[in-house]
Amino acid sequence: MAFTPRIGVYICHCGINIAATVDVKAVAANAAGLPGVVVSREYTYMCSDPGQGLIQNDIRELNLNRVVVASCSPRMHEPTFRAAVSQVGLNPYCFEMANIREQCSWVHPAGELTTHKAMQLVASAVAKAALLQPLEQRRASVTPAALIMGGGIAGLQAALDIGEAGFEVSLVERSPALGGHVAQLHRTFPTLEATADLIQPLIDRVTQHPRIRVLTGSEVVGLGGFVGNFKVSVRQGEETSEIAVGTIVVATGFEAFDASRKPELGYGQYPQVITTADFERLSASGDLQVSGKKPQRVVFIQCVGSRDQALGNPYCSRVCCMVSAKQARLVRDLVPEAEVNVFYMDVRAYGKGFEEFYDEVRKSGVIYRRGNPSEILRRGERVVVRAEDTLLGQPVEVEADLVVLAVGMTPSRGTDVVAGLFKLARSSDGFFMEAHPKLRPVETSMAGIFLAGACQGPKDIPEAITQARAAAAAAMIPLMRGTVPVEAAISSVEEEMCAGCGQCASLCTFGALSLHPTRGVMTVNGVLCQGCGACATACPSGAISLKHFTFDQVMAQLEVVSGWAAPVAARQPREEQAIEA
Amino acid sequence: MLQIESRPFARDHDLFACVQCGKCTGGCPMTLKTKLNPRSLILRLLTAGDGFDLEPFPELWDCTTCSTCATRCPKQVSPMETIIGLRSAIVEKGHVHPNVKTALESTFRHGNPLSMPREQRGAWAADLGVKHYTAGTAYLYYVGCTPSYDPRGQKVAQALVALFSKGGVDFGILGNDENCCGSEVRRLGEAGLFEMVVEDNTGAYKELGVTKMFTTSPHCYNVYRNEYPKNGMQVQHYTQVLAGLVAEKKITFSGSLDKTVTYHDPCYLGKHNGIFDEPRAVLKAIPGLKLVEMDRSREKSLCCEGGGGRMWLEGTNPASRLARMRVQEAVETGAQILATACPFCVLMLDEAVKNLNLEEKIRVMDIAEMAAQAL
Repeated sequence: MAFTPRIGVYICHCGINIAATVDVKAVAANAAGLPGVVVSREYTYMCSDPGQGLIQNDIRELNLNRVVVASCSPRMHEPTFRAAVSQVGLNPYCFEMANIREQCSWVHPAGELTTHKAMQLVASAVAKAALLQPLEQRRASVTPAALIMGGGIAGLQAALDIGEAGFEVSLVERSPALGGHVAQLHRTFPTLEATADLIQPLIDRVTQHPRIRVLTGSEVVGLGGFVGNFKVSVRQGEETSEIAVGTIVVATGFEAFDASRKPELGYGQYPQVITTADFERLSASGDLQVSGKKPQRVVFIQCVGSRDQALGNPYCSRVCCMVSAKQARLVRDLVPEAEVNVFYMDVRAYGKGFEEFYDEVRKSGVIYRRGNPSEILRRGERVVVRAEDTLLGQPVEVEADLVVLAVGMTPSRGTDVVAGLFKLARSSDGFFMEAHPKLRPVETSMAGIFLAGACQGPKDIPEAITQARAAAAAAMIPLMRGTVPVEAAISSVEEEMCAGCGQCASLCTFGALSLHPTRGVMTVNGVLCQGCGACATACPSGAISLKHFTFDQVMAQLEVVSGWAAPVAARQPREEQAIEA
Repeated sequence: MLQIESRPFARDHDLFACVQCGKCTGGCPMTLKTKLNPRSLILRLLTAGDGFDLEPFPELWDCTTCSTCATRCPKQVSPMETIIGLRSAIVEKGHVHPNVKTALESTFRHGNPLSMPREQRGAWAADLGVKHYTAGTAYLYYVGCTPSYDPRGQKVAQALVALFSKGGVDFGILGNDENCCGSEVRRLGEAGLFEMVVEDNTGAYKELGVTKMFTTSPHCYNVYRNEYPKNGMQVQHYTQVLAGLVAEKKITFSGSLDKTVTYHDPCYLGKHNGIFDEPRAVLKAIPGLKLVEMDRSREKSLCCEGGGGRMWLEGTNPASRLARMRVQEAVETGAQILATACPFCVLMLDEAVKNLNLEEKIRVMDIAEMAAQAL
């Protein structure tokens, strides 16, 4: 019996996001007349419960077998609507989405042409919907173990959480010791706690944990597989071993900015000039000395290597304001007679207890001066900091026995290599990029790989811990479920047409294509294939097609768009523009 | 009243990016002796509304365009270009210092800002047998105005001829046909005349088929490299070519110079163009020479006050001079020679040495003169 499409079309207002720009009633009316369409409606929020109910009801009442929703980007709500239709028995791949928000209402002015474009996008989606095929949704089993990359405070916390939940954890750390940067700190802000009291118990719990295997002096050198079934190659010394895990947490941390990249500040040239990282070591002894003497004049300089476009580091490193405040406070304690100046551009005391701490530091006698010093010169046994006090509006020279540069955070060395191995995206600041800045802050664009700590951007300790615990929770979801869904929209090979040339295999970044040893044709590994379609485009004999994006489906969409007869009034201005151009 | 439209000016110079950190003013050498405050100037321009009166800011003419402000700015604003832009607005309204007026008129008429006759430009090379540049010659040696006319500058040019001839470099000069590069014209705010000079020179070099050029002065080098239209011409400062010849052993020194030497980085070579190592490489290759560094070296070099048109302008505080501070810094290192590689620096520092009566203690020399002496 021939298949007859019965399509339901649903136009979303998205509040005023779409409805203020696009005539949604006209789009719905237009869609009602398209081939195969049984019902066409518009509604304020299709993603809301009543909106979804509307669709589900029509599927039941009107016996719909294909559904089109015209609303936002599929990245936003395709999963929502796929779930809604499958709840009432429709295959989720029988659903199609038209993006009339990001690709129409948000980027065009209100008017007839914009409504016309929305109509075209809907018609195109309807044409594809008529040709959609149900696809089988499969699931793969999951290796109940996780790998944590990086043994700093974020990696340690993530490892501990996953281990505590009952899963096997491998913790890979490049250096010989655990603890990362936090282990190099003396006291925390704003509470002035000894850092050793925080990090050492955590290290102990991790190293003594029965389900956590710590691999120090080790590096990840290769990654195969996919979410649920990763194969990670880890090199420890001369030996390389393969570890099977279900999910991965990347917690590779940061690198302190190299202050010698600002030669005018004389770091590495004058013994009186040190960084905030150096200060931690210096103050840990409890006796602050520079060249054998207690410094009587101390200057802190903020934003060294941060908020600096000339260096390519335009971002704020977030922690430096409070690090300097803390260290200035420590100087007041260690050398009560010393004069302490902090030069700043803006004081960012945004965290819990930070502003109160900043108040306390000033009250302790630390002088804050607005202005970012330009250079440091030698003057006798001291150095002199040249700046403008911008509130006084005067150039100033401040002599100092000790200058502490508040160095910012930069992506850790090796970020390039990890990004290459794991195919992770990086933001313009060089740190790893999260899947969505607001809604998916611990995920990456690679399924099963999560981010924790400063590898994603500058963070203080509680922020790193928070993200580590969030990443651990997210990484445990597939481990607890035991299976992961496998993408159904994957490539398939028409064996009669395949010559086995292998061009497709050379393009596939997932290693999903291989030559069948006896049949001489290419075969697709349905678990490895991610459905990117590179092979289908490249195949010289047209033997490969990508399910859900077949040649027929895509051509049907294009034909509708190119063959559309536009209303004369709406086309006029566009033609005039073309002539002018 | 010297009213300018401040809104479009602020936009054109990207002043809205300024975060008022004061790095420009904190590093500006002129703040050591004048009221110049680039940071405050930017804020005043931003908050002025539609119009801004430049009359109360004579310190705009103090700027030496050393570019310390621009290199220190974390937001990629250029206070230096802002000041040049403000000078242009003043010049456009016809308010020009008489000295500047003479220099600009001379550049227009005689092809040099020094009021010297055009037909004497090549006289310094009369007996040297330097060939006139013709198509196919490897390098054009662009001599520049000060080295062509100033007796001290001429010595540097003559030393360079000796060095490059010894090194087997195929080069020619333009003699009386050479024209001012326009660098100082631009910095004095005469944008229209600068445009004309650029057009004339670009046309002339194209006709001659010049593909490679080296200059005596870092100022000429900078303008050809960064401010002329990109036309595939390779421009070098002479210290770069010289360092190459020394490295390839095409120039070897049979003599020696048994002196302690400190090197003053010219702003237009160092801060403007990042050339710090080549001049030092030449100095280190001279036998017997001991190179010591001043505290303010490389990126922190203290300007001599000769750039930005200041050869024609005394500024608001002529009693105090950066060149004298600089000479004293050099003397403190124990150096017997203060080396540099810029005709303006040589003149400014030389004058300072005489003024401070330090001729017995220290001598100012161009690297070219020192290298030629050690041949």
